Amino acid sequence: MEIDADNLSATELRLGLPGTSSSDDWQKKPSPSVGAKRALDDTRSEASGTSPATAGDLDHDTAAPPKAQVVGWPPVRAYRKNTFQAAAAAKKAEQQGGLYVKVSMDGAPYLRKVDLRMYKGYRELSDALDALFTKSISAAAAAAEGGEHQHAIAYEDKDGDLMLVGDVPWDMFISSCKKLRIMKGSEAR
Amino acid sequence: MTYFPEEVVEHIFSFLPSHSDRNTVSLVCKVWYEVERLSRRAVFVGNCYAVRPERVVLRFPNVKALTVKGKPHFADFNLVPPDWGGYAGPWIEAAARSCVGLEELRMKRMVVSDENLELLARSFPRFKVLVLISCEGFSTDGLAAIASHCKLLRELDLQENDVEDRGPRWLSFFPDSCTSLVSLNFACIKGEVNSGALERLVARSPNLRSLRLNRSVSVDTLSKILVRTPNLEDLGTGNLTDEFQAESYARLTSALEKCKMLRSLSGFWDASPICVPYIYPLCHQLTGLNLSYTPTLDYSDLTKMVSRCVKLQRLWVLDCISDKGLQMVASSCKDLQELRVFPSDFNVAGASAVTEEGLVAISSGCPKLSSLLYFCHQMTNEALITVAKNCPNFIRFRLCILEPKKPDAMTGQPLDEGFGAIVRECKGLRRLSISGLLTDRVFMYIGKYAKYLEMLSIAFAGDTDKGMMDVMNGCKNLRKLEIRDSPFGDVALLGNVAKYETMRSLWMSSCNVTLKGCQMVGGIRHAWDQGNSGWLVLLSLLL
Repeated sequence: MEIDADNLSATELRLGLPGTSSSDDWQKKPSPSVGAKRALDDTRSEASGTSPATAGDLDHDTAAPPKAQVVGWPPVRAYRKNTFQAAAAAKKAEQQGGLYVKVSMDGAPYLRKVDLRMYKGYRELSDALDALFTKSISAAAAAAEGGEHQHAIAYEDKDGDLMLVGDVPWDMFISSCKKLRIMKGSEAR
Repeated sequence: MTYFPEEVVEHIFSFLPSHSDRNTVSLVCKVWYEVERLSRRAVFVGNCYAVRPERVVLRFPNVKALTVKGKPHFADFNLVPPDWGGYAGPWIEAAARSCVGLEELRMKRMVVSDENLELLARSFPRFKVLVLISCEGFSTDGLAAIASHCKLLRELDLQENDVEDRGPRWLSFFPDSCTSLVSLNFACIKGEVNSGALERLVARSPNLRSLRLNRSVSVDTLSKILVRTPNLEDLGTGNLTDEFQAESYARLTSALEKCKMLRSLSGFWDASPICVPYIYPLCHQLTGLNLSYTPTLDYSDLTKMVSRCVKLQRLWVLDCISDKGLQMVASSCKDLQELRVFPSDFNVAGASAVTEEGLVAISSGCPKLSSLLYFCHQMTNEALITVAKNCPNFIRFRLCILEPKKPDAMTGQPLDEGFGAIVRECKGLRRLSISGLLTDRVFMYIGKYAKYLEMLSIAFAGDTDKGMMDVMNGCKNLRKLEIRDSPFGDVALLGNVAKYETMRSLWMSSCNVTLKGCQMVGGIRHAWDQGNSGWLVLLSLLL
């Protein structure tokens, strides 16, 4: 192998990060820079979920003081961790936002939209829909002959199936409801 | 051979396939050194601190393809401080001064700035291929520079980089005259892209074979693009979400059905389970499938898809596939060569749906399996011994049991015998990552049997220096050794110093080495104090 002077000096042991010289403060601990894009803090706070037993094991085998968290474990790329965290955060934000669904009524000229998060239960939703479609409901009532003007509220779920509103708990309903449809009593039978 | 004219020698060298072969012939004599260096077209620098960029470009002035790797592997897991180094700048600047014929640049784990990309774009008139893997430090502005100035660009491949998003305009910087794109991967770009610009770019790229979109691309845009790319071989979808409109998905299916050459599929992101059936028509022709970024699909969705992929060779998936799902994979995908099972939950304590049973099932159903990355919460020696017998062809075997030092789930014993079986049966093993409760015994096995091992990753393992020394003395082909949180100290570090001349790098963190020990090893470039957790040593060895 060739020997040249600058390579020999390059093999000299230096303390510190590449680019610094050995005269620099070798006791300086590298600290995350402000612009660091790696989720260093996230990793640490995630890893602090390790059980106390694990921390104890580490203590037993090495001279290091007990670690409450394990940095860089599990060995999953920061990119992958960040992607999942970003997706989870987006989902959370989405869940706290409004949940607007279209409401169609048979015979009504146009559709409406309601925010399902505004209501605490089926009763409130039903009242709100009545209020939204009063004109159409009374028109239908006038046109109908007898007691057959009852309306049924149905919804389209995640799988695209048409379901009757009211069977499942409210929370489950709002998480699976994609569209609402107010059907004429005669069709609903 | 020295009586042959140089052109003949050069021609003979052109048949040498590998970098190491070319390095070897260059050592024979001065004439061969000269012929070799002037005719070298591809240079691979495995450790950017092993050699100065100026030396590389001066030695190989006619280089066309340069590959440089920066930070060590454990940097992926936040074990290397930010601002550590691995800067692309010096390499691009040196090449811009001395090798203007450069056509291809591939970088991994390096810090690349927008200024670097601007310089790159302006300095090399014949530049064709840019591949950046796990890099950081640049934004979409840098990509705009590449798009606008690299008139002959064939490949822009961005894999898992941390890119600052400065808006969707960058894609519009590809001029109308740019029609040479073969591969475009921007899956890691976080923000929106202009769908019109994307469609127009694809429309004028008749040679496009690989296209990986980011999650902002809608199903409708994807359908429109696919109509233009019937020869596409590799596709990364945009987000396949819930906004269920049957017509959109029907259009997608018919567009996908026209892509007869499509072999590899990825993306999916937060795919809704309802979209999955629309992909079914494609499954029978797929050889590669990456669902590892899709936590929204459960075991049943995944198995319905994967069981149709009878030609599958490479599968990346999350552990939600469960042992049962892996059994389905084992019975359907007989050609499987590479499997990666990633954790969907990074919590160390807990349970996951995959255990040693899934791994055993895969090994018995897929005898061609040669590459494995498997995250799980428990393992047994018995399972590992069975796997070793079923699949003696492993080249890469990486097992990560999430809880450090976890013993055999059945017997409570260390997992030495299991890993011992792996290294004993798999004679061609080149890469190994071990985990769980392990004593010095496993290292004795590794040193004894893993003759072709090139890369070994160790965490929370071993009892004494003898463990590391057995590896250093026994593994003749070892090039990269990375160790964390294991009780190896100066005796092991200094036990075989000559060995380091044959290695690319050594990483030791939270072990028992001391500063004095590091000082006694010639050739150490970087060592620094991690605070209370002990010295970190990274060897950079000269080429």
